[in-house]
Amino acid sequence: MRDYLFILLGAALVNNVVLVRFLGLCPFMGVSNKIDSALGMGMATTFVLTLAVAASWLLEHYLLVPLDIEFLRILAFILVIAALVQFTEMFVRKASPTLHQMLGIYLPLITTNCAVFGIALLNVQQKYNFISSLLYGFGSALGFTLVMMLFAGIRERLAMANVPATFAGAPIAFIAAGLLALAFMGFAGLPVR
Amino acid sequence: MNDYRGIFADGLWNNNVVFAQMLALCPLMAVTSTATNGLGMGLATTAVLLASNVVVASLRHWIAPEVRIPVYVLLIASLVTLADMAINAWLHELYKVLGLFIPLIVVNCCVLGRAESFASRQPVSAAAADGLAMGLGLTLALVMIGACREILGSATLFSHASLLLGPAFTFLEITLIEDYRGFLLMLLPPGGFLVLGFLLAGKRVIERVAEKREVKEEFHCSVQ
Repeated sequence: MRDYLFILLGAALVNNVVLVRFLGLCPFMGVSNKIDSALGMGMATTFVLTLAVAASWLLEHYLLVPLDIEFLRILAFILVIAALVQFTEMFVRKASPTLHQMLGIYLPLITTNCAVFGIALLNVQQKYNFISSLLYGFGSALGFTLVMMLFAGIRERLAMANVPATFAGAPIAFIAAGLLALAFMGFAGLPVR
Repeated sequence: MNDYRGIFADGLWNNNVVFAQMLALCPLMAVTSTATNGLGMGLATTAVLLASNVVVASLRHWIAPEVRIPVYVLLIASLVTLADMAINAWLHELYKVLGLFIPLIVVNCCVLGRAESFASRQPVSAAAADGLAMGLGLTLALVMIGACREILGSATLFSHASLLLGPAFTFLEITLIEDYRGFLLMLLPPGGFLVLGFLLAGKRVIERVAEKREVKEEFHCSVQ
């Protein structure tokens, strides 16, 4: 039980996807203007990332390793993720129109979110079992959502602040992200991997 | 000829992947703790970008528009697999440093973006030029950020170049200040964000100065 908690916390805070591992920076910069859209993106990513980690774990252990074709991992994973995103979109549209309205526009963007692909690849390197993999994926996605929300909050404040013209917009956003990353480095002190 | 000059000007400055389009941010932040890593990553991405643009442009008449995106993704994934294996075989030291970020070229938005927006409607030669220009623009950005972080962080430039890229690159290794204490922040994750923020602001200053000069020149002409 403790191990599982540590995996969850480690993935969400200590090895945060965005600020420590540098994955998923495009949505982090692109859809963090408003808290609502940041939350939508975070939820869509959480859903897909957890499923993608599970699917890629099964693929790795029941197809790639037994057939000894690990060199096709990149190709296989990207196919599975793309199919999964498509499938998720169709399923959500049928099952819950309200949820689809919330997540709809973010789902297609997730195919090119390197957090999903990167975490699926990292998970294989970690050699976790199935349950740990699921938690690892879910924890990473939670970390992603947390950082998206925090950063969106900061940017909503920044939009109203009096920033020098040279720094207005993207440059000050990057500097704010740098300071946020500095704050997250504090979590490195936690006794979790 | 003028056309090619336009393509290269676009790729290197006007429409630079990083400084203008803000794409490819993940590898940009993750591997630029030294200029050498940036150079290696930039060249690997350039190779993939060039190859994918050429392949997409030469197949553009045979790919049905309805399925083009999955086809492009598959083509790019195969090319990246090749690059991954090639770097692992010939530049193993570099492979160990870049690690995860070589497979991640697949989801680098700029590769798919160029295939979709440029290579799918242009002849092979123009697509090749565009791939090369965009790739070099990205390499330029990676090396610049890597160099800033490395100079501020450890006062060296292109350290370990001979180890990572081969002995021919020894001449690049420079130590600027002997006995430098080091500024760890720049080498750690926050440094990447801070340096990119300041570089973007710098680009804005340069553009503003260039604009002012243009206005002045026009004014001159009208007076005469």
